[in-house]
Amino acid sequence: MTATQQVKSALTPEKFANEIRRLVLIESKRAGVGHIGSALSITEIIALLYSSVLNIPAPNAPDRDRFILSKGHAVLAQYAALYLKGFITREELGTFCNDGTALCGHPEIAVPGIDFATGSLGMGLSFGIGSAVAARKTNSSRKTYVLISDAELNEGALWESVLFAGHHGLSNLIVFVDQNGQQALGYTKDVLDTASVENKFKAFNWDVHSVDGHNCKQMQDTLKKLDCESGAPHVLVCKTTFGRGVSFMQNKIEWHYLPMTKEQFEQAMKELDT
Amino acid sequence: MRKAFVKKLVELAEREPRIHLLTGDLGFYVVEPFAERFPARFINAGVAEQNMMGMATGMAESGLIPFVYSIATFATLRPYEFIRNGPVLHNLPVKIVGVGGGVEYSHHGPTHFGLDDVGALRVQPGLSIITPCDSEQLNTAIEKTWDAPGPAYYRLSKNEGITVPGLNGRFEIGKIDFVANGQDALIIAMGNAAPEAQKAELSLAQKGISATVALVSSISPRPEDLLIETISRHRYVFTVEAHYINGGLGSMVSEVIAENGLNARLTRLAVRQVPKGMVGSEQYLCERLGISAKDITDKVVSCLNLAAR
Repeated sequence: MTATQQVKSALTPEKFANEIRRLVLIESKRAGVGHIGSALSITEIIALLYSSVLNIPAPNAPDRDRFILSKGHAVLAQYAALYLKGFITREELGTFCNDGTALCGHPEIAVPGIDFATGSLGMGLSFGIGSAVAARKTNSSRKTYVLISDAELNEGALWESVLFAGHHGLSNLIVFVDQNGQQALGYTKDVLDTASVENKFKAFNWDVHSVDGHNCKQMQDTLKKLDCESGAPHVLVCKTTFGRGVSFMQNKIEWHYLPMTKEQFEQAMKELDT
Repeated sequence: MRKAFVKKLVELAEREPRIHLLTGDLGFYVVEPFAERFPARFINAGVAEQNMMGMATGMAESGLIPFVYSIATFATLRPYEFIRNGPVLHNLPVKIVGVGGGVEYSHHGPTHFGLDDVGALRVQPGLSIITPCDSEQLNTAIEKTWDAPGPAYYRLSKNEGITVPGLNGRFEIGKIDFVANGQDALIIAMGNAAPEAQKAELSLAQKGISATVALVSSISPRPEDLLIETISRHRYVFTVEAHYINGGLGSMVSEVIAENGLNARLTRLAVRQVPKGMVGSEQYLCERLGISAKDITDKVVSCLNLAAR
């Protein structure tokens, strides 16, 4: 067991999330890149999955669960989790967006623990469907988890996937919708209103759950009750706050893109510490 | 060729459980033998080609070998970015099967033509592009390539029962096949343009012009060495394809000529206009679009006549 794996095994999902949040701020500041608010809104979802849910003993382990971060621009949260799992080193995490690194701003399959490259929105769910279908065809009990964003629901192709999974009752597929209400240039209600995400998925024959996307226990309790052997595919519509944990980022459109100044970084870290 | 493909796939699937067939709700009276023999390995993905391609990517990542079937343009252009970010980026064995390249869907109109599939896919690294000339060659091509580790595109003719005399089912990846050998001109044809090229060769022979006819069924990887060797033996080279003028066989041969400094005069016979407002049989459309045997013959004759002046 590596040092980081030992760290991970001792961390609750909440503490795992705190570590991810700190690493997201540190590495995005060092790299001078944005997409910070997006990474902070999925922190608890990622922390819960990697600390307590995903059965991935090692990258490329046979018959492991699959996790696909379809909203790939928030990948820094996932890279931080991969470090906390021991799949990449702290030094490797520290190369995020450097020249010559595999850790780019969207998931890259050259990174241990990343099974699917994403970044073009609306594709990850179709990859996940293939993974779930394959598990069924090969009598595997592994599960497939996909994290999409509410803005991603703008993509037409995604609804092909929602329709297919509902029709075929892919109960071994679990989708998280990060419903932070924002997208690149505005609030989702103003750009393309997705209104009741729950009702839309229900209409496509999904098993729908509305949860607080920052409440690890509530999400974990919900996951434990899912019937993944039969029935419908599952969606957890996660109510989240864009930029969660950093007051000046929360619900602010500009933090989709902006990198932090030195002063902003110091304030953000201070807020995490308190 | 569609039925030959499904027959071959059933044969392979008997011995290889990883093979699955996905269709975008197409293949009436074609896919049934597979669907009936292997119902658990057949998926009608519905009229949803993007999800189908993404799903095939996920299946292949899990170790399966999905064949993804539709009309050529729907199998390639509709889910193009899914092909790029899926099987190509992940280097996974998704086998794309597109039916009716060129104008084979004749009276269905231009939305059903496959005139840009090869050009669009040829830019994707690591994606094999295979354009069989007849069913016998298709059989060999599938047999030799189905288990290759990366993605592939098979451009199948919609027409059944075509046999290219002299080809005898030969196929090698990265090679070309000859069905006539001459000195005066080299005609290079892609896939379903082979019959027109052969007719032209016979017509030219009656005029005292001897032509080599080379068939290219392995577009990617391109048959570099054989093309260099063959083009080097001819001064006048003609490419024929049921495809737009840019991006397909003619472009590929141009690259080989230019990059190797070959001394050849190239004439490309391909579709140079959007075929709107034209309705008719495949033969009629080929004649209207300048890719028929007569067009090939006329081009060769006029080119050689010019050269003789």
